[in-house]
Amino acid sequence: MSAPRAHLSRRYHFSASHRLHVDALSPERNREIFGKCNNPFGHGHNYVVEVTFSGPVSPVTGMVANLSDLDSFAQREMLDLFDHANLNTLEPFLDRVSTTENLCIELWRIFAAFPHAVLERIHVEETGNNSFDYFGEGITPAHEG
Amino acid sequence: MILLTRKADFSAAHFYWNPAWSEQENQRVFGKCANRQGHGHNYTLEVTVEGAVDPVSGFVVDLKKLKDIMEREVVSVYDHRHLNHEVPEFAATIPTTENIAIAIWRRLEGKIPGAKLHRVRVYETPDLFADFYGEGL
Repeated sequence: MSAPRAHLSRRYHFSASHRLHVDALSPERNREIFGKCNNPFGHGHNYVVEVTFSGPVSPVTGMVANLSDLDSFAQREMLDLFDHANLNTLEPFLDRVSTTENLCIELWRIFAAFPHAVLERIHVEETGNNSFDYFGEGITPAHEG
Repeated sequence: MILLTRKADFSAAHFYWNPAWSEQENQRVFGKCANRQGHGHNYTLEVTVEGAVDPVSGFVVDLKKLKDIMEREVVSVYDHRHLNHEVPEFAATIPTTENIAIAIWRRLEGKIPGAKLHRVRVYETPDLFADFYGEGL
């Protein structure tokens, strides 16, 4: 009998600033599209990132993946980079608007490299009232970096 | 078809330990979860069932009945207990969040009249949860 498969989800928190702005567009057009998110000095959020992985539950450890491995991966690959940073200054957002949609895609690229389980979903809450889900659909080589 | 979810809470103690391993190996893999005195959590259980809406009652299942089944099959057995020492399915299975979700699925499957078990979700903390959909049983 194959091992039962389960999904494991972990939530992480970071705080970061950003500004929604496209250099190629006029100031008026940026203002029209992005509203107050285009304010010149940026603003910030307490982001919540929920990552979901699947895999067989190991009969030896009872786990899909060892949480300490996942936590240290998340710390190194995400939190060290994003927490208390300005997203717009980070490499993935130099040529891409730092919307939460694009953040989801970048986080997919990051967590897809976690070697011990299969990434199923990236869920990002920008505020308590809006959240975004990405399941890895249509990821492009550019995003895969 | 509608999915319906009911929550329940239980508080329990546990620890992680593989008896086939040395003390050092258990410490290395499970860290502070391997402290054999145990530690505890306020668990939240979410049970999701799927079914058709009954044309007469408008229910997928009677929520009170679902609550009673969850109470009888799970909460009354797990709440304020030490999972390793007092809950039979964890005598030889490590009570990780994943295994708790699987064990609860086994306890509930086939016991909910008129609806099919869709998902068992167990929150160990608000920032950590496992989902089980019955795959691979």
